[in-house]
Amino acid sequence: MSTHDPGPAEGAVELRGIVKRFPGIVANDNVDFSVARGEVHALLGENGAGKTTLMSILSGAYRPDAGTVSVGGRTMSFRSPKQAIEAGIGMVHQHFRLVQPLSVAENVLLGAPSTFRLAGNATEDRVAELAEAYGIRVNPSAKIWQLSVGEQQRVEILKALFREASVLILDEPTAVLTPQEATHLFSIMRRIASEDRAVIFISHKLDEVMAVADRVTVLRAGRGVATLTIGESDKANLARLMVGREVMFRVARSDHDAGAPRLTVKGLIATGDLGLPALRDVTLEVRAGEILGVAGVAGNGQRELTEVIAGLRPAISGTVAIGGRDLSASTPAERISAGLGYVPEDRLGTGLIPSLGCIDNVMLKRTDEFARGFFINKQAAEAATSELVDRFDVKTSSLHSPVSLMSGGNIQKLLLARELSAGPGALVVAQPTAGLDVGATEAIRRLLLEQRDAGVAVLLVSEDLDELLSLCDRIAVMYEGKVMGVVGAAGADREQIGLMMAGTASDPA
Amino acid sequence: MSATTAALRPRLVKRLLPSRATRLAVRIGAVAAAFVAAALFLLLAGNPIGPVFSALWSGSFGSAYGQAQTILAAIPLVFTSLAVAIAFRMLLWNIGAEGQFYFGAFGAAAVAYAWPEWPGPLLLTAMVLGGMLGGALWALVPGALRAYLGVNEIVPTLLLNYVAILWVDYLVNTAWRDPESLGFPLGVPFSAQATLPQLGDTAVHAGAIIAVIAALVIAVILRKTIWGYKIKVIGENRRAARYAGFSITRNIVGVMLLSGALAGVGGMVEVSGTVHRIQADISPGFGYTGIIVATLARFSPLLILPVALLFGALITGGVELQTIGLPSDIVLMLQGTILFFALAGELLVHYRIEWRRQAQTGSEGEPGAAGRAHPGAMPSGT
Repeated sequence: MSTHDPGPAEGAVELRGIVKRFPGIVANDNVDFSVARGEVHALLGENGAGKTTLMSILSGAYRPDAGTVSVGGRTMSFRSPKQAIEAGIGMVHQHFRLVQPLSVAENVLLGAPSTFRLAGNATEDRVAELAEAYGIRVNPSAKIWQLSVGEQQRVEILKALFREASVLILDEPTAVLTPQEATHLFSIMRRIASEDRAVIFISHKLDEVMAVADRVTVLRAGRGVATLTIGESDKANLARLMVGREVMFRVARSDHDAGAPRLTVKGLIATGDLGLPALRDVTLEVRAGEILGVAGVAGNGQRELTEVIAGLRPAISGTVAIGGRDLSASTPAERISAGLGYVPEDRLGTGLIPSLGCIDNVMLKRTDEFARGFFINKQAAEAATSELVDRFDVKTSSLHSPVSLMSGGNIQKLLLARELSAGPGALVVAQPTAGLDVGATEAIRRLLLEQRDAGVAVLLVSEDLDELLSLCDRIAVMYEGKVMGVVGAAGADREQIGLMMAGTASDPA
Repeated sequence: MSATTAALRPRLVKRLLPSRATRLAVRIGAVAAAFVAAALFLLLAGNPIGPVFSALWSGSFGSAYGQAQTILAAIPLVFTSLAVAIAFRMLLWNIGAEGQFYFGAFGAAAVAYAWPEWPGPLLLTAMVLGGMLGGALWALVPGALRAYLGVNEIVPTLLLNYVAILWVDYLVNTAWRDPESLGFPLGVPFSAQATLPQLGDTAVHAGAIIAVIAALVIAVILRKTIWGYKIKVIGENRRAARYAGFSITRNIVGVMLLSGALAGVGGMVEVSGTVHRIQADISPGFGYTGIIVATLARFSPLLILPVALLFGALITGGVELQTIGLPSDIVLMLQGTILFFALAGELLVHYRIEWRRQAQTGSEGEPGAAGRAHPGAMPSGT
């Protein structure tokens, strides 16, 4: 019931008692959160902990059901993101909001106060100046579509700075970056904070939080659990606060020798969605009982590689074979029956159908099994689904309600459960833990290792280098559609892999 | 912190999972609202509302004759609506049910003229097959173009309507022309065996039963069969269907064949049951009205039955309007209004209106201030 909150003199943002409900869940339950000027403040929590909701309230996209928002000591009630921007709140979303055909400078200017006319080179100079002041590496006259994801992110930051944001919110900014790009981003964040602005860094990656933040607020299940300075916390402590229990960082991995080559691709050449070359002569070999990792920054041909293997994208040349059987000309259905399991990156758009329930989604790859003549054997489908849901610990209110209502971790468990239930000989898995919380990530990783130990050939595409290092036997690094090299995961050098991801490495180990 | 001047303001709140009862209530409400709106419009245009609606009622449901006419008008609508609905389940817009209806009538008439002396059950069965074949062939052209060449189906299905109508027109003016037609574009009357029997002593013919069976069969196909499952998956998410190894091309062709066959049976039933010969203008736009009916029925085969009945009533009620000297175009207006309200009502299926008191004084930071619903904005993660 406070109208005017004096707050600490240096207070940039003060959220008090924020409550936000969505049907069926309380996304924020009486959360307090305050950020001082001059600090990088991490907002740490698992997926679904309420981080993005809280920041959407601060940035004006949602209005709280209860609680107050004050910025710079003034109590605010944002009715739209525009009002938040005017109050000095800048947010860089996970999905960028840039106009592809326009230049960097034009994008920075869009929506900035009182710019009715674009003033040509003068603005480019101003943007260049601004970029230089913060050590942001980006060419102001380049078009957005020419930029890498990391560069586009820098444009979003420039946009916020150009609008004189005093509070900059970054939502999971490192998910799309190479280690080197992330380091660059961190230096930009420090630079911004040093200018008496506040930087809020949403993340669920403990290493990054420890590396860049001054203070950290941990959210769990919609509640604020603790606010600590980085000095008084360590990784294990933060993880416990975040998850509510002890977490194992390394998954136990047994040593055993891989068998014969099971999944082989040779000389694959294919184009991407825009008709540009995406795969340039990719040759890889996954042996039975091993996990071969594919590392790389997003957009370097990994997705196209998995699609070509699954038969969803035509290859211009090259071969795909499973167990020595050439499947290059086979339909997706033939590849499935040849024992190929595939967990696509796009879980809810490709791997599962969001509007349908668990049963229909389990049936997706097993229609023949659940057929009785022309008809669906509903009992069999339901029994098989409930067995899978139990065995893989998928939490859902009903086997019939749309899977889009399930949490990300349960969605992925269901998808993996279905693919594994077919008993695949080779498994292609793309970004299996992206966006999942720690608990689900652990479960998914354990399942993948079980498959490896059971003799399945697993091709694991991931942007999470730590994940690859802890799960894989060998790691192939892709850059611009080529395999830069394959390194053994044991004793692999992070720096070297990072350089290969950036395309500068020369010889494979 | 309730402010002194508080006004009730509406806002839209998203319903996550609209219940069945909500859907039904909204749709019935939409039809009712359409009638009210149409009444207001009639009033503004200086028409007497009472006589209009009583004529509509007596012409459709209010008399035994009207009831029979209503059912007779609903029968072809059921088939064309089913044709539109099954195609739309795979997100295909079959605007060509009209032409497939005509080609089905042509196929059935060809059988009827070729073997007029066959025993009734055999001949009628052959005519149904002829109708299915005609309709299916007519839908195969746009279906194959769509499946194999990626040609959008809307324009080919639409344009082929005119070809089919003109083809029938040509036949009834030449080869199949009734010598006793006095110059009207009428075909030779069918033999008694080629005519669908009446149901009891009503004017309704056995086509009504075929229509109900067709709706049931389509409902079973969609709900209980593997093919229906694949249609649903392809309609919901083509990427996932490809991922699962379903053949999109084969299923597009299959669904278009079924869609055309359904409209074709509609043509057969109309010529064999109601018209008893083939002639020009056998359809006053059943194929197009079928799009409205299917849309209103949310492409559900069983809901199509009552909605088709409602539209059948409007068609026959329109005839009655003419007898009291009012334009039957009022019915077209009603049809359009109903569709308009039903589509607008969809908003209320997915959102509900909440009236909230909201402070109008500029007090900022009011606790419990209403959040605005952002369409498409969802809570993070979860």
